Formats: sequence, C-alpha cells, structure tokens
Amino acid sequence: MPVVALENVTKSFGALTVLDGVSLAVEPGQVVAVIGRSGSGKSTMLRCINGLEQIQSGRIEVAGHVLENNKTALRELRQDVGMVFQSYNLFPHLTVEENITLAPRVVKKEPLAEAKATARNVLEQVGLSEKIDAYPEQLSGGQQQRVAIARSLAMHPKVMLFDEVTSALDPELTEEVLRVMEGLAKAGMTMMLVTHEMGFARRVAHVTVFMHKGKVWESGPSERIFSDPQTPELRQFLASGLK
Amino acid sequence: MIRSFGWNEFLILLRATEWTILLSLISFAGGGALGFVVALARTAQHKTLRWIAVAYIELMQATPVLMVLFLVFYGLGLFGFDIPPLIAASIALIVYCAAFLGDIWRGCIEAIPKQQWEASEALAFSRWQQLRYVVLPQAAKISLPPTVGFLVQVVKTTSIASIIGMVELTQAGRFVNNATFQPIKVFSAVALIYFVLCYPLSLWAQALERKMNAGRRA
Ligand SMILES: Nc1ncnc2c1ncn2[C@@H]1O[C@H](COP(=O)(O)OP(=O)(O)OP(=O)(O)O)[C@@H](O)[C@H]1O
Ligand SMILES: [Mg+2]
Repeated sequence: MPVVALENVTKSFGALTVLDGVSLAVEPGQVVAVIGRSGSGKSTMLRCINGLEQIQSGRIEVAGHVLENNKTALRELRQDVGMVFQSYNLFPHLTVEENITLAPRVVKKEPLAEAKATARNVLEQVGLSEKIDAYPEQLSGGQQQRVAIARSLAMHPKVMLFDEVTSALDPELTEEVLRVMEGLAKAGMTMMLVTHEMGFARRVAHVTVFMHKGKVWESGPSERIFSDPQTPELRQFLASGLK
Repeated sequence: MIRSFGWNEFLILLRATEWTILLSLISFAGGGALGFVVALARTAQHKTLRWIAVAYIELMQATPVLMVLFLVFYGLGLFGFDIPPLIAASIALIVYCAAFLGDIWRGCIEAIPKQQWEASEALAFSRWQQLRYVVLPQAAKISLPPTVGFLVQVVKTTSIASIIGMVELTQAGRFVNNATFQPIKVFSAVALIYFVLCYPLSLWAQALERKMNAGRRA
C-alpha cells in the first residue's frame, strides 16, 4: 500500500487552477523528486498533502489517513508527515534541543526524558550533536536546515516532505544538507522532495515527477526521466538548464 | 487661614501619590488581563469574535477616556449604584486600557511571521498550542517596549479621576492650592512627582527598545 496517494486532486486559488487532476503514489521507502518550472504547482502539491492547503476535489491518503477537513483528523495525519521548508522556520526563541523536543512533548505528550533522548538521536543523525544548546540565530543556514530536518524526524514521521530545502543556501551548505537527506533515503525513509538540484534528484530519487501547468506531465524512474524525456516540455525544461 | 506650601503640604501630595500609583496598577493589571483577551479575540479565526474585538477597540479609541469615566460614574449612579470614585475610575481605566493594550498586542501577534504558524501547524500543533508555545512567547518579547511605554500613559491618565472627586495626586494638588494660593509652586511639585513616576518607565521602555533592535541583527 502506498504511503502517499493522490487521486485526481484539483486545487485552485480563486480562478487560478494550480493542481489540475493530479494522481500520484509513493511507495514505502521510495524517494520521489518533484521537478518543474516556477509556478507549476510543486509547493502547492506538497502543502496539500499535509493539509496546509485545502483541495477542491479528489482524494489524498497519507500513511493510512484519508485527508479530510476535520481538525482532529488533520492533526492525526500531520503527526505522520514531516515537512521541511525552504526558509527553515525554526522557532527562534527556543534552543536547538527545545525546537526538537517541543512537538513530541506538546503534541504527543512524550515525557521530557524520552523527548530529550530522541532529540540526541536525531541530532546525531544530522551531525549536529554539539549544537544542542545553541539558538537558531547562532547557526549557519545549513545547520539551521539540518536542525529543521531533525525537528521533523523527532515526530517519527512515516513520510517526509521537502520543499526546496537547499534553495536558500550557498553551494557548500547545500552539500551538507543534501548529504543528510541522502542518508535518510538510504536509511529507508519515504520522501518527497521538490528540488532544483537535478543531479541529486537523478542520483538519489527512485522516481522523478515532472510537473507542468498543474499536472503530472511526465513521471518515471529518475534515470529514464533525465536520460530519455518523452515530452517536448520536459526535454525543453531539462535542456534550458533551468532551475 | 492661608498656609504656605511647605514640607507638610508636600507630604499631602506624596500621600495622594500612593493612590495614583494604586490606580495605575489596578488599571494596568486589569486592563492587561482584559486586553489579553481582546488581543486574542482580535486575532482569532472566528469572524464574529474578531468583529466584536474590532468594534470594542475602535469605539474606545474614538471616545475620550473622560466620557468613559462619566458613563461609569454617573451612569451606574443612575441605576442606584453608589460607587466610590476609586472603583469607578478603576472600571473606566481598565476598560480603556484593555482596548489600547489589546490593539498593541494584536500588532505584536500579527508581527510573528506566518511561517512560524505553518511550521508548527505542520508539526500537528493545535491552534491553541501554536499560540501558547510558538507565537505568544515571541510576541510577548516584542511587546515589552510598547507596553512599558503605554504604562507611562496610564499613570498620567489616572489624573482624570480627580474630576469625580478621587483624591489622587492631581486632586490633592487642587486641595493644597486652594489652601495656599501658590499654584506655581504646588503644580510644579505635582508635575515633578508625575515626572519622577513616569521618567524611569520611559527610560526603561527606551532601553528595551534599544536592546530589541540590537538583538535583531541579520
Ligand atoms: N496562497 C496562494 N494564493 C494565491 N495563489 C497562490 C498561493 N500559493 C500559490 N499560488 C499560485 O499558485 C501557483 C503555483 O504555486 P506553487 O508555489 O505551487 O509553485 P511552485 O511550482 O512551487 O513554484 P516555485 O518553483 O516558484 O516554488 C503560482 O501561480 C502561485 O502564484
Ligand atoms: Mg515552490
């Protein structure tokens, strides 16, 4: 059974249709890269999956939860879905450790000791154990993004959504974040990532989805998508070297 | 017998200052508690709640605080409640401060970037948990300078209680002046006492402001 399944999902902002009948399935342990031009609806699709945006029609199922417009059900679903944003969005008034333990404690009512143990684990996973007591403003962008990943991991999600998480970073910092994501992929995490890092998508993602005009225009094994694009739109997108 | 303005008269003013301070504290504490509710209502998702808060804030900000005081003092008097000036002044100033503090704090809550809401929403926080653990702690920090600044206004505004006969600093000044006929001396002393109350608060607000700006480096 897929971890994430979208069936004929449509989403519009007023008169603007942003998702136009999107269907997609992500199997357990699969890494799916989402590529496409600016405005093609990539971010919107991710945001619909955890209910940050409401869809107009279609069906979304995530980790056994059917997405519905009910606050309690939505919170249940979100506990199983980690999301990492382009702008990190750490809580600036909390230390790294507090950033990571907050959701497990508040949402899952985990005891402090357990939440702290988890925090140490996930911080080690992203290679930032020594920053446990730092505040976000004392960290580089790459470090902040790794903490944001750790913060999501601490909820033990069944799938992780990444929305252009390296776009705000310098090349060296991009590398350290991509390494962490590759490590997660190798460890078997189910992941969807919107990215402009074509090399990374090709190497790490099992499947790549090309979005165009709110539709899944073309999708398939990453190697095939990049070496043998079928549609003129994807060929042009890849050729333009456009990010 | 005409007295002259001396140490004893100054002591009368100081006594009355205690009432000014008390009324300030009551107004600020009560207005703060009610203002917190107003700020939450003003930023709530519930449309009617928001609308009520807007109406309350707009109404209060467009009404001279003296009218609020008269309405409370004489209005409640009409209904046969004989309320002491301290209580009437407290009610009026609480209602007044709540609107202003509510509006100041609404601004602070709205100043928290929407990404903070989104990040916590994605982590499965409820609306109340988002407020409690993510938004309000950050809003509280930036609210400090304007809140302390407003406290200065509160202290000065308590002088209106003199009009309904409460013997706070301003009213005591009038009494002493009536007995001494030395208005320059008397009201200079009154003004000096207000200054001594307010100036440290102003300095504190400015210091907080500076600290906040220094902390907001890239
Ligand atoms: N909250 C919103 N209100 C109105 N329109 C929106 C909103 N969010 C997104 N859009 C519009 O929806 C379209 C798709 O946006 P989306 O952010 O999903 O694109 P994207 O593929 O992620 O692009 P990018 O590569 O620039 O991030 C765009 O035209 C955008 O302007
Ligand atoms: Mg986007």
